[in-house]
Amino acid sequence: MAAAPVSNTTPDTKEVVLAARNVAKSFGAVHALKGVNFDVHRGQVTTLFGENGAGKSTLMKVLSGVHTPTSGELILDGQPVEITSTVVAQELGISIIHQELSLAPNMNVRDNIFMGREITGKFGVDYAEEDRQTRALMKELEEDIDPLTLVEDLRLGQQQIVEIARALSVNSRVLIMDEPTSALSATEVEVLFKVIHDLKARGVSIVYISHHLEEALTITDHAVVLRDGVMTAYAPRAEIDLEWIVRNMVGDNFDLGTPPDSTFGDAALELQALCVGAASGSGLAVDHLDLTVRAGEIVCIYGLMGAGRTEMMECVAGRLAPISGNILLHGRDIAKLTIAERIAAGLVLVPEDRQRDGLVQTMTVGRNLSLASIRNFTSGLFTDAKVENEIVNRSIKEVTVKTDGPTAPIGSLSGGNQQKVVIGKMLATKPSVILLDEPSRGIDIGAKAEVFKILADRAKAGMAVVYTTSEVTECLSIAHRVIVMRRGKIAAEFTHDTTKESIMAASGESLVA
Amino acid sequence: MSELQGKTKMSDANTAPAAGKKSGGFNLVHLLLEGRAFFALILIIAIFSVLSANYLSVSNFLIMTSQVAIFGLLAVGMLLVILSGGIDLSVGSTLALCGVFAGYLMQGIELEALGVILYMPVWAVFICTLAMGAFVGVVNGVLVAYFKVPAFVATLGTLYVARGAALLMTNGLTFNNLSGDPSFGNTGFEWLGFNRLWGVPISIFVLTAVAVATHLLLTRSPFGRWLYSTGGNAKAAELSGVPVKKVQIWVYVLSGVCAAIAGIVLSSQLTSAGPTAGTTYELTAIAAVVVGGASLMGGRGTVQGTLLGAFVIVFLGAGLVITGVSSYWQTVFTGAVIVLAVMLNSIQYGPKAKSG
Repeated sequence: MAAAPVSNTTPDTKEVVLAARNVAKSFGAVHALKGVNFDVHRGQVTTLFGENGAGKSTLMKVLSGVHTPTSGELILDGQPVEITSTVVAQELGISIIHQELSLAPNMNVRDNIFMGREITGKFGVDYAEEDRQTRALMKELEEDIDPLTLVEDLRLGQQQIVEIARALSVNSRVLIMDEPTSALSATEVEVLFKVIHDLKARGVSIVYISHHLEEALTITDHAVVLRDGVMTAYAPRAEIDLEWIVRNMVGDNFDLGTPPDSTFGDAALELQALCVGAASGSGLAVDHLDLTVRAGEIVCIYGLMGAGRTEMMECVAGRLAPISGNILLHGRDIAKLTIAERIAAGLVLVPEDRQRDGLVQTMTVGRNLSLASIRNFTSGLFTDAKVENEIVNRSIKEVTVKTDGPTAPIGSLSGGNQQKVVIGKMLATKPSVILLDEPSRGIDIGAKAEVFKILADRAKAGMAVVYTTSEVTECLSIAHRVIVMRRGKIAAEFTHDTTKESIMAASGESLVA
Repeated sequence: MSELQGKTKMSDANTAPAAGKKSGGFNLVHLLLEGRAFFALILIIAIFSVLSANYLSVSNFLIMTSQVAIFGLLAVGMLLVILSGGIDLSVGSTLALCGVFAGYLMQGIELEALGVILYMPVWAVFICTLAMGAFVGVVNGVLVAYFKVPAFVATLGTLYVARGAALLMTNGLTFNNLSGDPSFGNTGFEWLGFNRLWGVPISIFVLTAVAVATHLLLTRSPFGRWLYSTGGNAKAAELSGVPVKKVQIWVYVLSGVCAAIAGIVLSSQLTSAGPTAGTTYELTAIAAVVVGGASLMGGRGTVQGTLLGAFVIVFLGAGLVITGVSSYWQTVFTGAVIVLAVMLNSIQYGPKAKSG
């Protein structure tokens, strides 16, 4: 590591390696960060807490040079620095392990670790040296992975280890880990925490982000809490507990609504012993699952990543074929129907990843909203612009999309409004059953509450609503029933007056910590 | 002002479109970028009119536009495929195959068992030829939609197969006798290529009809909406109930039919049908679509733009011929125009595309 510039700073700031001062970042009208201050201490773990959309990832991207801040400054070793690119960040000793893995699956472990910084000798790349260093790193991480294994042949958890090894191999002083444990098994998490302890001993500072609050509490030395782009709290480990974090994360007047007092009708959606294969090809993602949802009922499905929620949703919507079992919509077997036929029959899905599966980025807000209900404004061969405008304008009002108008590009909307467009698009087809996979992912609390209110209103009018979430606070909002999924099965079922603790215990979350 | 916006556009992917639209007012850079094919065409016409007195004459214009007809027909079909996110390399070969197929039908089909030679009326020949083009399209579409063969490879395959079939049908020769015989009642094949209505070649009317129909299909019909959404984000379209696979098959069918029409028009203009006609025309068609501002990633592009693209390429080529520039230089210029067009496309679409 290049020698840090000798600083004449006071002993007080000597501890601080990297500091953010009033850092703000805006994307057009969306203010992701509104003046954040925090310090990263040498050889210690600083954890960022915050809900989806609180600005954690944006802050990390600012620190690692992916984004440049709109205002404010970053101070490294007491000197103001401008981190204009990821290369600059790396030269300054700041590395990041992204939430989404950034490995090339077609290349082997060794080549991934040294990608872009190949060790060259007289005769080109010195593979022997790279091999040796890769083995050393793997030994340190206690992971028995051959350097020549292709990354696509590794389990997700192992891929995460490779990502960590890559960050270690550049001798980082500050290592940012964005949700590093989300794909790891309990034993892999233990190894990771041991590695973090070793890194701390070597003087490496860690910035850690995790949704597993308990897990993060076991290793952190400092906690920073963000809410809606503002830092709401900052304290050393000794002064805080779980309750403190949750209180600062969600705020005091946090209300996502209560279950609407709707009258339940007949069974709208029935799943009978549904089995869906896992994406990896072996095993079952959904394992003999039985579930009945009645008209007017709101069911929340809670579970950790990999619990099989998404697979179940996609199978019901027609995107994945079931291995066995029945899917009944108002008593009619719909397993053979195409997605379009299921939509016509009244069953719609709002997918998990709105960028990838929900929106057509090349089309306007209006065109996105009307995409699923084109048939409703087609007369003869042609679409009727007038009827379409009525449908679009009604949707915009109903789901309260904040936009310049139907002709605005979809990319001009904030995440929450984009999500409302996806929901509005499916609601425009007048469904009787709506499935929503993580409808609150990456949207701010205000939009979240609005989305839940829309769903509650629809349920009151007789629609059956099923939504998944990975945030416990969202289970105890509008849902009449909370179902906890674990390894493709229903692990537990609660009514809406249950507690966060019992839901988390049933999901297996406490095992990890 | 314009420079400031340019900067926002480059640095801030997510909000650039909004910023560009919101600010309103007159923005020269934006206008030039949006209407680049149109301005390029005006520029080409202006430059060559100065360089050569003959360029701006009515007769030269009509000659150039009949050339545009062929490429324009192919390009409109190509546009549909490109909008879906695919590409159709087989149109040049399909054009040739359909041309010789029409020629073959015009020669009369010998039914040995009955001992007669069947001469079809010209309209029936046209319909059979269009069906042949559609058949090639179905093969492409099924390969792409159901067998998941990448469009580039699938249509590269049919490029060879169709060309080979055309050569086999004629044994490598050219059908010259397309004018038919009054006694068989099958005259009139050359009407498409030679006749004029109010002094304008019929082929221009054919192109206009196809272009207007395609424009309506894209802007007014549900199919158009399905096509733009399939090209923009096939997964989102599928989850919204769009029959993505059917859309993919239909675009190749329509492209094949457009190639068949072009094949008929070309052999009618030449009054002969050769198996090597239309070689590399697929590349010109792709170039016209791209110069017309469509995105090769799919989901963006218009019929108007594509037609302008076809005009730009043909008018540029013809201008270079008329001013006596060596044909080697013509190739260089055409290539440069295409690269420039793609560069401008990525400036227009690049930042937006990233945000998705």
